[in-house]
This record gives sequence, structure tokens and C-alpha cells, in this order.
Amino acid sequence: MNEPVLGGMACTALDRAEPIIRRGNTNCGGCGMSSTLQALRHAVGNRAVELIVPASCCAVAGGGFPQSTFGVPTLMTTFACAPAAASGAAAVASMNGEDTRVVCFAGDGGTFDIGFASLSAAAERNEDILFICYDNEIYGNTGGQRSSATPAGAVTTNTPDGKPEQKKDILAVMAAHRIPYAASISLAHAEDAHRKLAFALGAKGFRFLHVLSPCPTGWKSEPALGLELVRLAVRSGLFPVYEIFDGKRHVVNIEPDFSDEALDMYLSLQRRFQKSGLTATDLRPAIDRYWQNLRSLSGRIVPARRDA
Amino acid sequence: MTVQLLSANHGAALAATLAGRANRKGRGFVSGVYPITPSTECMEFLCQQSFEKGRVVRVESEHSAMGVCIGGAAAGARTFTATSSNGLAYMYENCIAAAMLRLPVVMAVVNRTLGPPWNIWADQGDALTLRDHGLVQIYCADNQELFDSVLAAFRLAEDKRVMMPVMVNMEGFILSHTVAQTDVPDQEQVDNFLPLADIPHRMNHVPHTLGQMEVPHQTETHRWQHHEALLGAGKVYADVQREFEKAFGRRLGDAVETYRAEDAQTLIVSMGTIGLTAERVVDALREKGERVGAVRVRLFRPLPAESLRALFAGKKAVAVVERDISLSTGGVLWSEVRNLAAPDTVVQSYMAGLGGGDVRPEHLEKTLADLRSRKTTGAPAVMEAV
Repeated sequence: MNEPVLGGMACTALDRAEPIIRRGNTNCGGCGMSSTLQALRHAVGNRAVELIVPASCCAVAGGGFPQSTFGVPTLMTTFACAPAAASGAAAVASMNGEDTRVVCFAGDGGTFDIGFASLSAAAERNEDILFICYDNEIYGNTGGQRSSATPAGAVTTNTPDGKPEQKKDILAVMAAHRIPYAASISLAHAEDAHRKLAFALGAKGFRFLHVLSPCPTGWKSEPALGLELVRLAVRSGLFPVYEIFDGKRHVVNIEPDFSDEALDMYLSLQRRFQKSGLTATDLRPAIDRYWQNLRSLSGRIVPARRDA
Repeated sequence: MTVQLLSANHGAALAATLAGRANRKGRGFVSGVYPITPSTECMEFLCQQSFEKGRVVRVESEHSAMGVCIGGAAAGARTFTATSSNGLAYMYENCIAAAMLRLPVVMAVVNRTLGPPWNIWADQGDALTLRDHGLVQIYCADNQELFDSVLAAFRLAEDKRVMMPVMVNMEGFILSHTVAQTDVPDQEQVDNFLPLADIPHRMNHVPHTLGQMEVPHQTETHRWQHHEALLGAGKVYADVQREFEKAFGRRLGDAVETYRAEDAQTLIVSMGTIGLTAERVVDALREKGERVGAVRVRLFRPLPAESLRALFAGKKAVAVVERDISLSTGGVLWSEVRNLAAPDTVVQSYMAGLGGGDVRPEHLEKTLADLRSRKTTGAPAVMEAV
């Protein structure tokens, strides 16, 4: 299999025979959600999986009854309650001695916004759920409105001059729940992504994965450049890739070089930032502050490098 | 069988507990619960029970409480929740989702006035708002009936011909907090009454998607199938009654309960506890020689229209007395049953005990006096508490 998301990793006998997201689905070209589900297939192997999907692009991706895009049993829930429904499904799996991995697969709206109360509650109860947020920083399904995951400066259909507010730091919020595992995933770093997916699938209790999911339609970017954009976001320090164990131990997985060039490239390759005219200089102070805090949390003091 | 002193809230929870345990050899029992007055005691009681194969999930909202039931039922478990009023309103979206997904969730609904302004007392308007979305609705008048109806609701909901949520309603405080002797069956009897929950479309080893998109002609078909299944639930209910009597040796209330109605010229039609008050009023007025009878609708969805039509035939006047108001229309039950009588029968809407006011015999007597003064059906009237 030559999925770009797998970074050239070969499909092996350990992989799941059936894809989780089948060919012929209706996702846009370059959709990060598709890539995430491909990566999930690679990591999950032949374990039983149930997908719990709230209203989202992923719910549309399921396609029309009676065919389904998904190669695993899937429950479409209302927008706000996927973690609650997953709690019910996970309880039934557990009481029947089944090793079914119950995976909530939600967009940023269903995670950061409308689904947040039930997400927080399921995390607080430490339900045996893997929650994957594919964050395209927009309500993609409804045509591209702001969410609390939309970064400042991005134009959306309901923030025509660019969103004034900062993106919510969801990983910090989830870490504050002291869940066993929370991590961010870069689709451009296949081995790290695969390792985390595999670890999260195997772990018990509430696990949260935050995936920066390119959305060419909403970001106004080239479909083929999706993974490259993620790489730039990681390289520049804009999207920190790290993991948090039990809300305490912070481990930075991919060391950025904090390149302003990468950051400017990231911004200029997406038309959503055009109007606000954001540059690396505008974003750098906030990125520096974030990393200062992350350094102190991770206990690894690596001075930030500058290209210039 | 033991006799226990139980509030209706506790009775509902105990019935759900017995039903939940009865599925221990199946895929178990799951309940999502969240407190709201006056159904709180139901969930508290449930949270004190132990299950060999079951879990009560204490969630953060009613929406999620039903969410847990949806997930549990989609995974094949028997499911139950309880709520009231604004909690039910908050749960609506998922009540409809459970219905459309054809998941047999059983709900105890303790009817309470919707707010604000806040009012914690009884009003059936909270549940009636869900009448159009494919849930069975049963309204109860006393503790035993409530207990029995919750038990029976599992059998009805999980019947493959029905396969949809069942709401069992009781009026807040008036019934929910009334403590009465309740015949409680042994676990073995409940095991015999309730087959293991078998939800044919549950998530299993065959990949399939529940609740995915469909196009208009598919929705049309699904809605019609659901409509027919809900209509058919009336027949299935009769089967459940027979099985109930076989298992427990007592009768499960009819879809429509009648009291001295056959030879009556005037009927009091109601749902819930007003119906029992009406029976006492009927007795009192019969003493005075008035030919009055009472009809109590237990099964509101599906509405037993043919039974009601037969009961209304040849009557002079019908007073529909109910604890709800459909704003700009009048009583909800009235609006549903008024066309079931002959054109020359006066079918008058009376809304009584709105917001939880008492409906005492004198209120009903006043209502009947008003009805006697009418030659034709008038505008819906609110009977104020006196």
C-alpha cells in the first residue's frame, strides 16, 4: 500500500485485511480524516473495532444506506453525545468480556465545542474509550464555519475578516482530566503516528488523540499539499507533537526547528490566512510562550533554535 | 412475589433493576442516569443496585444519559433511563435518535412542568411533546400499574415487531413520590417473563453502519415502517398483557381503562392519576342517578383510536380532562380524540391541574356541571384550581 500517510511503510500481514475507510467514499481529495482512518487501519490490526461517529464530515463520509464506507461496525450519534454513546458501547463490550476497541471519531466541532461536555465527562469517568479528534479547524460539514479549534486569523464563512480569538488548547484541557493518555499526532510523521495509535489502541481507560487534519476545502489549500502543511506546522512549532501520560508526564516527540520560513510557508500556502495577512512574526511570540511552558512541563530544556 | 412499600420512583427503578438482571445471560444491562426533580429518586435507587452484568453510568447531562442508552442498545444491551421535564427536553434529540435508530430503550418519565419559570410539579406536557417521533407512550395512575408497566415496557420495546423506545409516564410527586404497597415479583418470574434482549441490528462482527445518511425515498420507507410498527405495537401490547398475566398472575392495565362507561351518557376521559379521581366522582354521581363513566387512556402512543371510537359511540357528552396544554390549541389528548366521537356528541377540552395543581373530586364535579350546560363543543377551557 502506498498511502502517503504511512510514509512508505508497507502494508504487512499484521495489517487489517479490510480497510476501515473503503474506496469510493465521498471525502474531498486530500482530506486528513481519510488519512487518519488509513493510519488507524494500519495500527489496529485485526482487533475488533466499533466506530462511534457524531455529526461530522465523517458521518457524511459513511455514505448512503445501505452501503457503508466503513469496514467496521459504526454508530452515527447526535452531534454532542459520541463519548456518552461510546461509554455505553464500551460498557457492553467490557461486561461481555470482549476486547472490542471502542473508538470515538469526531471532528473539532464534536470535540472542542458541542461535544465538549460529554467528552469531558467521559474523560472524568475514565471510560475505556479511544477518542480521536481529527481537527480540521473548521465546521467542514456545514461549509466551513469557525470552531473553537479555528486558529486566530483564519477566514471562515462566519468570520469573514479572520477569527479574532485563539485556538483552544485541547490537549492541555484533556491533560487536566488526568487521563491515562493524551497525545497529538502529525499525519506527516508516520512512524510516530503509528506508534501512538497502536499504544492508544492497546491502553485501557480514556485515551485522547488530537490529529491536525488538513482540509483543502476549508483551508483553501492544494489537496496534494495536505501532509506537507502538517509537516510545516510541526517544523515551525505551531503544532507541537507530544504526549501526556496520566496528565503528568509530558514527552515531546518531534523536535521542531522553529523555522520562521516554515511558518511563513505554512501560512502562505493557505488562502484562509490571506486576508488577515498573518506572518511568522505575528505568531512567533505565542509559539515561543507555548513551548516555554511545554519545556518546563516536559523537563527537557532544549533552547529554541532560530533560522534567522 | 413479595409486597414492598415503594414510591413509584423506586418502583420504576426496581422494575428496571429486575429487568436488567434478567438479561445477565444476554448482553447485559446499561443505564445512563442524571438527576432532575422529581425523577431523581428513581436514578438514586438504581445507582444503589448491583448488577452481575450491568452498569449504571452517571453522566453529565440527560442528553448523555440517553446517549449511553443508545450506545448500550446499539451494542445489544437492555437499556433504561429516567428523567423529567426540562431534562426530557434536553434529552429530546437523543430520544428521537433512539427511536429513529429503532433501539428499545425503556424510559421512566416523571411528568413535570416545563420551565422557566421554574415549577417542579406535575404536567404531562413534557412527554406529550414527543408524541410524533416513534416512541410508545404509556401513562400510569398508581404505583402497581407503574411498576408493572415498566416491566412490561421492556418486553414491548424489545419485541421484534416493535423495536423502539417505550416511555412510561407518571405525574411528578402526585405519583412519583407516593409510597404504596407494591407486589414485586421474584427474579425468576421476571426471567421467565422477559426473553433475553436480542437487538437484530446491533453492532456485531459484520461491519454495518447505524444511522447513516439516506435519500428521501429511503426515509419515506423507514418512516412508514416505523409508523406501521408503532401502530402494530397496540396489538403487541395485547400479547404482552397475556404473557404478563401468565408470568405474574395479575392483569396488566389495558390500553384504555374504563369504569362504568358502557351505559354512561357522559364520559370523563383522562390520562394518569386524574383517571382514578374520576372513578370516585363517577361513583358519587351514579349515587345521584347520573349516568356518568370514566375512560382512562393508558396507551397514548399508539392511540387506541378504535377502542375510543367504540366507547364514545352514542354518548351525549365527553369531558376530556388533562394536565397539559398545547398552546393555541387546548388539551393534547382532546385534540387527538375529539374526532373519534359522532358529530352530535359534545367533546369538550378541560385543562386541569396545570403546573401541578390538585385535581380533586370537586374540580371534576365542577367540570361536569360545566359540561352539562353546554349544548355544543366550546373553546377549550382551563379549570382553575379552587
